[in-house]
Amino acid sequence: MTMTIRALMGACAFGAFAAVAGAETITVATVNNGDMIRMQGMMDAFNAKYPDIQVEWVTLEENVLRQRVTTDISTKGGAFDVMTIGMYETPIWGANGWLVPLNDLSADYDAGDILPAMAGGLSHDGTLYAAPFYGESSMIMYRTDLMEKAGLEMPEAPTWTFIREAAAAMTDRANDINGICLRGKAGWGEGGAFITAMSNSFGARWFDMDWNAQFDTQPWKDTLEFFVGMMSESGPAGYATNGFNENLSLFQQGKCGMWIDATVAASFVTNPNDSTVADKVGFALAPDNGLGKRSNWLWAWALAIPAGTQKEAAAKTFIEWATSKEYIELVAEKEGWANVPPGARTSLYENPNYMEVPFAKMTLDSILSADPNNSTVEPSPYVGVQFAAIPEFAGIASEVSQEFSAVYAGQQTVDEALAKAQAITNDAMEAAGYR
Amino acid sequence: MARATTPRRKSINTALAWAVGLLIFFPILWTILTSFKIEAQAINDPPLFLFFDWTLENYAVVQERSDYMRYLWNSIIIAGGSTLLGLIVAVPAAWSMAFVPSKRTKDILMWMLSTKMLPAVGVLYPIYLLFIKLGLLDSRIGLVIVLMLINLPIIVWMLYTYFREIPGEILEAARMDGATLKEEILYVLTPMAVPGIASTVLLNIILAWNEAFWTLNLTAAKAAPLTAFIASYSSPEGLFYAKLSAASTMAIAPILILGWFSQKQLVRGLTFGAVK
Amino acid sequence: MATQQSRSAARLMMAPAVILLLGWMLVPLIMTLYFSFKKYLPLRGGDLGWVGFDNYVSFVTSSSFWPSIQTTLIIVGGVLVITLVLGVLLAILLDQPMWGQGIVRILVIAPFFVMPTVSALVWKNMFMDPINGILAHLWRFFGAQPVEWLSQASMPSLIIIISWQWLPFATLILLTAIQSLDSEQLEAAEMDGAPVLKRFWFITLPHLSRAITIVILIQTIFLLGIFAEIFVTTGGAFGTRTLSYLIFQRVLESQNIGLGSAGGVYAIILANIVAIFLMRIVGKNLDA
Repeated sequence: MTMTIRALMGACAFGAFAAVAGAETITVATVNNGDMIRMQGMMDAFNAKYPDIQVEWVTLEENVLRQRVTTDISTKGGAFDVMTIGMYETPIWGANGWLVPLNDLSADYDAGDILPAMAGGLSHDGTLYAAPFYGESSMIMYRTDLMEKAGLEMPEAPTWTFIREAAAAMTDRANDINGICLRGKAGWGEGGAFITAMSNSFGARWFDMDWNAQFDTQPWKDTLEFFVGMMSESGPAGYATNGFNENLSLFQQGKCGMWIDATVAASFVTNPNDSTVADKVGFALAPDNGLGKRSNWLWAWALAIPAGTQKEAAAKTFIEWATSKEYIELVAEKEGWANVPPGARTSLYENPNYMEVPFAKMTLDSILSADPNNSTVEPSPYVGVQFAAIPEFAGIASEVSQEFSAVYAGQQTVDEALAKAQAITNDAMEAAGYR
Repeated sequence: MARATTPRRKSINTALAWAVGLLIFFPILWTILTSFKIEAQAINDPPLFLFFDWTLENYAVVQERSDYMRYLWNSIIIAGGSTLLGLIVAVPAAWSMAFVPSKRTKDILMWMLSTKMLPAVGVLYPIYLLFIKLGLLDSRIGLVIVLMLINLPIIVWMLYTYFREIPGEILEAARMDGATLKEEILYVLTPMAVPGIASTVLLNIILAWNEAFWTLNLTAAKAAPLTAFIASYSSPEGLFYAKLSAASTMAIAPILILGWFSQKQLVRGLTFGAVK
Repeated sequence: MATQQSRSAARLMMAPAVILLLGWMLVPLIMTLYFSFKKYLPLRGGDLGWVGFDNYVSFVTSSSFWPSIQTTLIIVGGVLVITLVLGVLLAILLDQPMWGQGIVRILVIAPFFVMPTVSALVWKNMFMDPINGILAHLWRFFGAQPVEWLSQASMPSLIIIISWQWLPFATLILLTAIQSLDSEQLEAAEMDGAPVLKRFWFITLPHLSRAITIVILIQTIFLLGIFAEIFVTTGGAFGTRTLSYLIFQRVLESQNIGLGSAGGVYAIILANIVAIFLMRIVGKNLDA
């Protein structure tokens, strides 16, 4: 007994000693998005300020990252000290007690400055479990030159009918220009996210108040038929396998008239180094159908600390730095205001320098018009715009979106896909004990 | 060789074989070529083959983003270590199967191969839990062990087929001359088995190098090999063909070079004794 | 000839390999069996108690189970047929006298060195992309509408990618076997006026039977577990969900360890059925 205690005390003393003298190394799992890659290039600034903390990066593609961090946290593996997760995982993991609460961040950090929509989506029962690195909604990015050529003018807040007409008018197959590029790729975070957000504006919802799947309702049929109709008129070939990256690439090559996707894409399509159409891009709110809901989503990539890590203090220090106002200013200074991580802090949108960036206002307006607690026309029991924040959703929505992608590829009809989606969802919800 | 070959026939063979060879190799060639293009030219229409602005920029970008040498080093240790460890376990087993066969030898071999049929995805959760318990998560030694176990059946089988080709009479002669077991293995068996062992080593390094499920799922920062390096490039943002090509080229180059230099051994290694 | 002593020495030498593999087989297997009888949902609090055969029943009755078995078998079968047929032809071609044989051989085996992830990425983005892919350029050059490979021809595309990876393996084994074929026998047959096809059918093919057996055996083992190629290219959509991909979805996407483990047990059963089937058909060629 005494032996154990003495050993433990020794270990504690050693631990304390290590924290003071030796540099502590934390492992950060992150997604390979542009803003995260940029942060890895800024680590000199972090190390200058905190020489005791070394950061090791594990950068993975989104799907692999999800698979890795979910396995690790659900087994309490402890392979990572900081995880990059989204608005879907945070409330669920927080509720399970898997994440360290972030309600004791320093006064300098100014947690009250986090955009309320973001803080709300990254909390469970009012406790913040992940700090947003950047936040996004979705909006329309369109080619001003092609719009002009088509003799049309983009309203600030267009309807789906207008978008479909404009897409048809801008399409010029001979010159390889597709009126509209949208996500069709299978996966709940890819095509699944888009079609769910779009369905909100058509009056559809995933579940009714008793958790019954709603794919047998008219609004879902309308959504899919409209989407498939519009994409076959004006979409690119093979859109059933296009996700965010594929569409970004197409838009940058000048092959899309319009693209409705994440607001963070705005800085990529207006960056003259990567984009051939950088100076011809306009922005508008995601379309609606006159039912009171727009088709834009809400998402944040946020940094969280898995419960049980030995290096909680160092991890917290890192998260505070990475999501701080100071970091934003650092990026602005080095790479320009257009490249700072957007959508996380209110103060950024009060900064006159940032508001000069062409897409700043539209990003903020889009974020403000998405409400995760009230995302559907008819009432729904779930939180989330392009997802439902329940543990079963990722699995169900992956399968459902595979059925939808098969429609986009012309392998089954809308009705067949909806019937399968209905069955898949109800089966899974029954198995999970909701119904 | 008594068969007469007319120059005409040889020319036709040559042309045909080269055409097929280049066709099969083309995806690799194209990846390598694309890695030297700027992004805009990587998607040029029509595709550019040789006449483009050659650049090393993509390699610089990839290197700046991720520390290639660290991944490479992990790959070398994991592939090399698992093969070495596999040999230590497999050589005695294969030796005894080949020279002291019993009725059950064939069954044991087949059973060993059948352990490879366990679907990796299905056992990820148990293995992950086990790794946590044993403290092997994100450690090179953990991966060395797993990859050794995965490839052990193949190693045993290959070595077994080589050892069987060694005529037993030689061993008996050595035994008659009073050689001990140790001497028998060291002076008689080993020299004859070296080519077979060499090709076994090669094939297993390739298999371990390319294993992408366990190496990705059981590592984080410290032990991640080149398969994890690739996972951070598999869908980067925007125009990415050239950078993807550069990363791909960097991931496959070491093993490609090794494979090319040892082509002859490998050809032998892949026969599994099928020739005789 | 072996004495009692050398027998026990042999057993001792075999022991490490056998014990290690036994452990590697049994530990995960027992854990998988254990989980498969549990309702185990990490996101809902972990272990929720024993449920008997519920997981087995729901895995099999799910609408995606039988299609996934079918997909698995089509991929394994398709790749085997393609690699064997092309492998035999290539082996015969490479066995002919020619200039630069060594280099051609290197070109042919090169795909075997490429990581599955890399080859899937390269094929998906640089070859099969319907807008920027090489194949799309080729189709347009001839005035045709580019094929949307991975969505509209998903299974053929996957089979092409996987066959490309495994063709070198098949070719090499078959080539070495062909090289050991007695050329005098072939010449005698040629002089007797036997046509090419007949010579191939009655002399070359029987000679290759053992090599073909080995190709089938080794490739089947690897192909049953194909995962990375599907993960990277289609994500299981468009009818490409194999059994192992279905298990992946249950375990990792749905976070249902119990259900996924039951799926794992089915996969082991399927693998063994295939193995027994293979042994019956081709095992006699393996006079190991």
